[in-house]
Amino acid sequence: MKQEEINDKGRRDFIKTAAIATVAATACGSLACSCSSKKATTGDKVKLLSPNGEIVEIDSAYLKHEEHMAIVSKLEAREGIAGKKFVMVVDLASCKNARSCVSACQKWHYRPKETEWLTVKLLQDSEKAAPYWFPKQCFHCDNPPCVKVCPVDATFKRQDGLVLIDNERCIGCKFCMAACPYSTRVFNWDEPDQPFDIRSLTSNPETGIPAKVGTVEKCDFCPDRAREGLLPPCVEACPNGVFYFGDENEDTVSNGLETVSFSQLIKDRAAYRYQEELGTKPRVYYLPPKDRAFPVEKGYQDADSAIKERFKDYKDLLEAKE
Amino acid sequence: MELNTYQQEAFDYQRKNIETYGKRAWGWTVFYVLCILAGLYALYLQIAKGHGVTGMRDNVVWGLFIVNFIFFIGLSYAGAIIAGILHLSKVTWGKPIIRLAQFMTLISVIVGPIFILLCVGRFDRMHHLFIYPRIQSPLTWDVMAVVTFFAGSVLFLYLALIKDFSVYRDAKLNIPKWKQKLYKILALGYRGAASQKRHLLISQNLMAIIMIPLSIVVASILSWIFGMTLRPGWHSTIFGPYFVLGAVYSGCGLLIVAMWFYRKMYKLDYYFTDRHFKYLGYIMLVLAAGYGYFTFSEYFTDWFGSEKWDSELIHKLFSPAEYGWWTFFANFAGIILPIAIVAIPATRKPGPITLVAFIMVIAMWVKRYLIIVPTLETTLLPMQDTRAEYVKYAATWPEWALTIAGIATFLLFFTVMSKFVTVVPVSGLEDTHTQHEQHQLQHEHH
Repeated sequence: MKQEEINDKGRRDFIKTAAIATVAATACGSLACSCSSKKATTGDKVKLLSPNGEIVEIDSAYLKHEEHMAIVSKLEAREGIAGKKFVMVVDLASCKNARSCVSACQKWHYRPKETEWLTVKLLQDSEKAAPYWFPKQCFHCDNPPCVKVCPVDATFKRQDGLVLIDNERCIGCKFCMAACPYSTRVFNWDEPDQPFDIRSLTSNPETGIPAKVGTVEKCDFCPDRAREGLLPPCVEACPNGVFYFGDENEDTVSNGLETVSFSQLIKDRAAYRYQEELGTKPRVYYLPPKDRAFPVEKGYQDADSAIKERFKDYKDLLEAKE
Repeated sequence: MELNTYQQEAFDYQRKNIETYGKRAWGWTVFYVLCILAGLYALYLQIAKGHGVTGMRDNVVWGLFIVNFIFFIGLSYAGAIIAGILHLSKVTWGKPIIRLAQFMTLISVIVGPIFILLCVGRFDRMHHLFIYPRIQSPLTWDVMAVVTFFAGSVLFLYLALIKDFSVYRDAKLNIPKWKQKLYKILALGYRGAASQKRHLLISQNLMAIIMIPLSIVVASILSWIFGMTLRPGWHSTIFGPYFVLGAVYSGCGLLIVAMWFYRKMYKLDYYFTDRHFKYLGYIMLVLAAGYGYFTFSEYFTDWFGSEKWDSELIHKLFSPAEYGWWTFFANFAGIILPIAIVAIPATRKPGPITLVAFIMVIAMWVKRYLIIVPTLETTLLPMQDTRAEYVKYAATWPEWALTIAGIATFLLFFTVMSKFVTVVPVSGLEDTHTQHEQHQLQHEHH
C-alpha cells in the first residue's frame, strides 16, 4: 500500500513536471514567435522545444527573461508544494551585519530601501551578555498568530510550512500586524513605487509582487524560486553563509556553499528558536553566536551612517572597542 | 391611542420640539455639517494619497480611529444595558431616560463602525468580510457581533417608539405632510387595542432581555481583538469584563451629560429631575469603583510580576516623560474625581455631577488611547528604527479632522432625532413625583 502510494505520488509528480514543462515551452515558443522585430543578435544560440515538438534554435537576444513568472495558480499557491516542509537555519556566529541579504531581498521583490522584509537587529540578551547581530525574517510559524486573526483568509498557512499573503484579498485591517509578536509584517501605507512592468503583473501569493497599496506584506521564503530549485536571494547573497535554507522532510539545508543535514546541524550547534515560550513554533532556527567569525563591532564600523544611527543606543558598547 | 393626563401633559409640553426645528437647532446642524465636510476632505486625502497621511505606521498600526471605535461602540453597549435594565425593572423613575439611552445606543453603533472603515487599508474590499469570512478570527466575531447588535438596537428603539408614533399621528401636529405620513407608517396602525398592547410589551421585554447579555457578549468580543494577541498590556484574562465595565461606565457618564443638555435646552426639569442626576451619579460611583479596581489589578499585577515587556509598558505608562501625565489624568479624572464628587453630599448636585461625568467621558477616551497606542509602541524585538514616525505614534490632522467629524455626526444624529421624536417618551410614562416635588416643579414648570 505504502509503496503504491509512493509510486502513485511519483507518477503524479511526473505528470505535474511534464505539464509545467509544456506550459513553459509554450510560453517560450510564443515568445520566440513574437520576436519578429529586428534586434542586435548576440550570436548565442539557445535550443528550445516548440509547441509542436520540434527543437528550434534561436538567438538569445530574442529571449525575454521573465524573472517572476507566477507558474502556479492562486489555488496551488494556497496549497503549497506537496511533500515539502521548508525550514531555515540562521548562523548567528557568522553574521557581521553586511546587509547583503537585505538588499538582495529588496532587489528581488522590487521593494524600496525602507521596506525591509528581512532586517538585521542588534540584540543583547542581558546587560552583561555580548551583543550579536540578529537577521530576522518571517519565522513562518507552525502556530502562526497572524493567520489565526485574519478575518478574510488573506494570510494562510500552507502544507509546506509557509505563511503567505494574498494581497488581492487582504482588506488591510492590520490585525495580523498587531498579532505578530515579531513585528515581521509591513504595510503599504502609500501607493508602492514599483517599475511599470512589475506593477502590471498578475499578483500571486508566491511571488509577492506587485505590491498593493493598503495591504500587508512580508517575507515569503521565495516559494517561486523554491519551485525552480533555487535558494532565496538572501541565502545566496550572504557573503558569510549565514542562512541555511532547505526541506525538513529531506533533512537537508544549504547556505549555497555547503549542504548539510538539518537535524545534525541544529543538534551540533545547539540551535534554538526565538521566543519559543510564545508558543508560535517558528520554522526558523538560530545557531547561537558562539566562536564568532567576526567581532560584533565590525558590523557597526563597516555600516553606513544611516544604519549606524539605528544602533545609537549601543554606541558606547560598539565604539569603545575600536 | 389613549393617554392619561400625566402623559398628555408630557406630550403637550414637548410637542413644539417636534413641530419646529428651531433656529438654534439649525445653527448647530450647519456647524456639525461643516465639521463633517472638513472630515470628508481629510477622508478624500486619505483615499487619494493613501494611509500615509495618518500617523499610523508599521509598529503602531492602529491609532485614533480604533480608539474612537472602542469609545463609541462602548457608549452603544452601555446604552443598551442601561435601557434594558431600566425597561425591565419596576423602577418608575427610570422611564423618562430610557429613550436617551436608546438614542445613544443606536447613534453610537452607527458612528463607531465608521471608524473601522476609516482604519482599514482597503475599504473597497469590505465585502471580503462576508464573502471570505474566517470564523476563527476575533475580527469576524466582532463583525457578527456589531451587525447583530446594530439590528438589535434598531428594533429595541423602534419597538419603544411605536406607541409614541401613534400619539404623534393622532395629535394633529402642525407639521409638513411627509412627516405626518411618516409617523403614520411608523406607527404600524397601533391603536392601543389590548392585543396590540400585549404583543408590543412582550416584544419589548424580549428585546430588553436579549440586548443586555448581547451587550456583554459584544463588548467582550471587542476586547478580545486585543486580548487574543500576544502583546503586553493586551494579553490579559480580565480584558473581557474590563471592557464591559469600561463601556457601561463611560456610557453612564455620557447619559448624564445628555440628560443635562436636554434638560437645559428643552427645559425638561420636570422629567429629568435632580433625583435622576443623583441616582445616575450613584450608579456612576459604583461603576467608577469597579473600573478603578480593574485598572488597579491590571497595573499592579503587571508591575509586580515585572516581566520584561510588561515592565517596559508600565514604565512607559507611568513615566512623566512618556505617558505619565495622561495616565494620571485618565485615572484621576476618570475614576477618583467622579467618586469624590458623588460621595460628597455638598457636590451631589446636577451641575457638578454633569461636569465630572463630562470630564470622565473624556478621560475614558484617553484611557482607550492608553490601552491601544503604548502597547503597540512596545515591541518584543527592539525597533532600532531611525524613522521617528515609526517609533512613536502622533496623530495627524486628517485623523483629528475625522475624529471631530465623527463626534459631529454623533451630535447631529442626536439633534435630528430629538426633533423627530420627543426626548422624554410620552407613552408608558408614570408620575413618580412626590406631592412636594410636584408642587415645587410645577411651579417652575409654568
